[in-house]
Amino acid sequence: MPTRTILGNRGLQIEEPLIFEQDTPGMSGCDLPEPEEATNRLGGLAREEAIGLPGLSEPQVVRHYTRLSQKNYAIDAGVYPLGSCTMKHNPRLNEKMARLPGLGDLHPMQPVSTVQGALELMDVLGHWLKTLTGMPAVALSPAAGAHGELCGLMAVRAALEDRGNARKVVLVPDSAHGTNPATATLCGYAVQSIPANARGRVDLDALKAALNDDVACFMLTNPNTCGLFEDEILEIADAVHDAGAFFYCDGANFNAIVGRVRPGDLGIDCMHINLHKTFSTPHGGGGPGSGPTVFSEALAPFVPVPYVVDTGDGFALVESPAQSDQKPFGRMKGFHGQFGVFVRALSYMLSMGSDGLRQASADAVLNANYIAAKLNDVLTQSFEGPCMHEVLFDDRFLKDTDVTTLDFAKAMIDDGVHPMTMYFPLVVHGALLMEPTETESKLGLDQFVELVRGLADRAQGDNEKYFKEAPRMTPRRRLDETAAARKPVLRWVPEAGG
Amino acid sequence: MRYLPLSEPDRQEMLKTIGVSAVDDLFKDVPRSVLLDKPVDLPATAGEMAVEQTIGALAGKNTGTSAVPSFLGVGAYRHHVPSAIDYLVQRGEFLTSYTPYQPEISQGTLQYLFEFQTQVALLTGMEVANASLYDGATAVAEAMLMASRITKRNKAILSGGLHPHYRDVAVNQAKFMDFQVTCADPDPLATEDLSALIDNETACVIVQNPGFFGQVRDLSALSEACHEAGALLVVAVAEVVSLGAIKSPGAMGADIVIGEGQSLGNGLSFGGPYLGLMACRQKFLRQMPGRLAGETVDVEGRRGWVLTLSTREQHIRREKATSNICTNSGLCALAFTMHLTMLGEAGFTRLAKLNHVAASKLADRLATIEGVELVNDTFFNEFTLRLPKAANEVVEALAEKGILGGVPVSRLHQGVGDLGNLLLVAATELNTDDQAEAFQTALKEVL
Amino acid sequence: MATVRFTKDHEWVSVEGDVATVGITEYAQNQLGDIVYVEVPEAGRAVDQGGEAAVVESVKAASEIYAPISGEVTEGNGSLEDDPSLVNSAAEGDGWFFKMTVGDASQLDDLMDETAYKAYVAELG
Repeated sequence: MPTRTILGNRGLQIEEPLIFEQDTPGMSGCDLPEPEEATNRLGGLAREEAIGLPGLSEPQVVRHYTRLSQKNYAIDAGVYPLGSCTMKHNPRLNEKMARLPGLGDLHPMQPVSTVQGALELMDVLGHWLKTLTGMPAVALSPAAGAHGELCGLMAVRAALEDRGNARKVVLVPDSAHGTNPATATLCGYAVQSIPANARGRVDLDALKAALNDDVACFMLTNPNTCGLFEDEILEIADAVHDAGAFFYCDGANFNAIVGRVRPGDLGIDCMHINLHKTFSTPHGGGGPGSGPTVFSEALAPFVPVPYVVDTGDGFALVESPAQSDQKPFGRMKGFHGQFGVFVRALSYMLSMGSDGLRQASADAVLNANYIAAKLNDVLTQSFEGPCMHEVLFDDRFLKDTDVTTLDFAKAMIDDGVHPMTMYFPLVVHGALLMEPTETESKLGLDQFVELVRGLADRAQGDNEKYFKEAPRMTPRRRLDETAAARKPVLRWVPEAGG
Repeated sequence: MRYLPLSEPDRQEMLKTIGVSAVDDLFKDVPRSVLLDKPVDLPATAGEMAVEQTIGALAGKNTGTSAVPSFLGVGAYRHHVPSAIDYLVQRGEFLTSYTPYQPEISQGTLQYLFEFQTQVALLTGMEVANASLYDGATAVAEAMLMASRITKRNKAILSGGLHPHYRDVAVNQAKFMDFQVTCADPDPLATEDLSALIDNETACVIVQNPGFFGQVRDLSALSEACHEAGALLVVAVAEVVSLGAIKSPGAMGADIVIGEGQSLGNGLSFGGPYLGLMACRQKFLRQMPGRLAGETVDVEGRRGWVLTLSTREQHIRREKATSNICTNSGLCALAFTMHLTMLGEAGFTRLAKLNHVAASKLADRLATIEGVELVNDTFFNEFTLRLPKAANEVVEALAEKGILGGVPVSRLHQGVGDLGNLLLVAATELNTDDQAEAFQTALKEVL
Repeated sequence: MATVRFTKDHEWVSVEGDVATVGITEYAQNQLGDIVYVEVPEAGRAVDQGGEAAVVESVKAASEIYAPISGEVTEGNGSLEDDPSLVNSAAEGDGWFFKMTVGDASQLDDLMDETAYKAYVAELG
């Protein structure tokens, strides 16, 4: 009996060609009017060669993207226990608000008198972020978390140069996300790594030994990438400040403490916030995000342009250093920041409210500790004690098998769940970092636990093949990443003669 | 609270499983002095109706471009997005999915990124493109750094026709990396000759086409001058629809092309989130920042896609990465590729024609007003007018009459004396003859 | 007769006359997995002992390769551009990375001979 279908389709899973393979020359899915005559002012530089874009009708386009969407996992479909990503539910109310006429259709360069509501919205968002973090100033323009890190470090460098005390080194824990050292380089700094101690926190002695008058900044994620609260953070802040350096906090894990701890109270000088993590704006398959950065008094004067000012008689937008009575270090982005993401985040904040956000962080931490408690007899939890919103396991539980963390993750996929973060942080071997978030129900968590326990059990048996050959039930099975990197094919090309 | 599925009984049972009596016990590592004992001073939780009222009220204080005749450009353009796009882009499998690090369950995202990369390469006349950057301005900064890595030189020359935000972001980045930038003066007449500034320490020359003031130029001579000196030509495109009418930067000799993709698929949204585009010659591929979707096969020999050449990126290369970029503009890239696919070659070129016609006719209309002078001899869908008085005052007066009539150059170019009378006006396929007439009437009245 | 020495970072250097050839060992290629790309230095570049000379990439990692001795690069292995898998299949032969001049032959004494290297690797477990 043949097992392959005629077209290779599998029920609702359709083998969908590229748009370039569905071209009908001259076809369009849009009916645009015939252009009238007018003076040609292209200066003789009209495009002569065809671009090479394919033509499809509207039904074909709708079908194409619908079919593509059916091959994607999503939060709407299931849990994404990705550590430090905070894949919480993305409310559709946020989408509706972002598209309201009077918000979605505002041009960034309209006269400021015609967009007072938009500036007020940015001001309100800024107020929420400053209040939740206990910090006096905020820069809304960074486009994503990494961009926010850059904003923080640029302000640090501007402040130090303003003091006449330029320094050359940034300290980063070895458990840090890769964006941290990459950002330091973009700011002209050399990077030095600080090891973790046996408890998974920053080694305070090593930090103190590395602090000197050439250190500009210490970048710390708190809770850290091992899912643990840095309990010596007040001592860390003191040590950093005593050395004349600034204290940057990577706010990727803010979901664990929002409404319960204010980074400003911890001695932090600057922190970026990922609106697309803590504040529910959608990940969209890779963005857009938004990374507003909050600042202490010491760094407040250096907030980049543009920023909103409540003049008492309406809102103003300060768009250049010349217009500012502060010392903005410059501009990081075109226009005013990710406004559409601001609307979504504010819609979420208003929905949750102060009490809701506090409950969210409690539930996020509760959920992570719950799965930790139900898994730590079959998986090997890397550090003792309560975790925050995410729990870190390592691959010691697989040591008597030939199954790797990667194989384990691929087997989870066949059971309908996106795997946790793998191989990060680098401080443990074969890391598995799980963050359920607060929007998972207890039933969902119990099912997740049952799945992981079942796989852990299966891994201990003589079942390597099951894991090595996973996944089997997905639109594609394991893909050859080596070939993709050795001979990169990054675009479609017409066949020779086509 | 509607987004929190745990009930009180759930919580109690879970605490018992964990072996603690209260959630506070799980926060034991937090120093007591900083642990808040009650919610911060912000409004309490609200249902959908209340949130809609609050945000609706804020929206009500603004004049949207769909409510009045609008002729604004300067790097953000009001175009018609086909209805199907907004529905498709909000499918949960697109909207709420993550970066495609597990390719087996992300083929939808990876395939559309591969299609997007192809489209961007085709539009720009280049060989390879990435899966997006944040926006046009940050793309310029990234291109500058990329050119520096390729040429191993530290100097950049920025055209006076470059969008001031693009310039400012590049200048800011350069400052932090001890990179040397020369900015040519604002160039409303498109008369600058940058080739005189190029030497054998120049990494790149960065120009915009059409320029900030609207002119369309042939960059071939500049491209030759760059290459003779071993420098790269970087071309920025602020209005991507122009590529449907004008010779591509690749055809004019560009080495790196960056741009703003907002015009396709993405609304104005008060300036963001937008879509940075980047494309380059194949030989520079490994120095290009940003994610890349590459074609490969799976264990059953079926074609599929994966993120590739990741060793350029921060999560692997850390301090030696090409950039620190992680999250980029995935959903905006999706809207762009959907819109462009819906248009197709025929639709896209017609769209470009409609834009040029709208602007050309509007320019003719406005130039008939006494005291108003059209500065450009070439443009695509945006041009510069010289007015008999300060443009920012004129724009305020027009707004009071219910017309969003252009952007004063002085809004973006600070302290520039005789540029204060210059007004940048854009027209797209959405501007009707009635709107153009209303603009003409109002402008005459306020001058 | 060539003199072959090894570094703690698993580079090998083979010196014949005044030409030194440098590559990574079998052990190293096995640890790295499938090699997808090698960035070899250009001819004329001066390198110091222990200084960064090349970069080798697998899908998920990039590693620096350090010059075992000081000298000047005379040739990078062009074959690696088309076929980086040579490093996996012939790490200690055709998968060489670059050739260089020998700045100071006494620097070879700082390095391990084959016996010492084998013992070193055995201890790594």
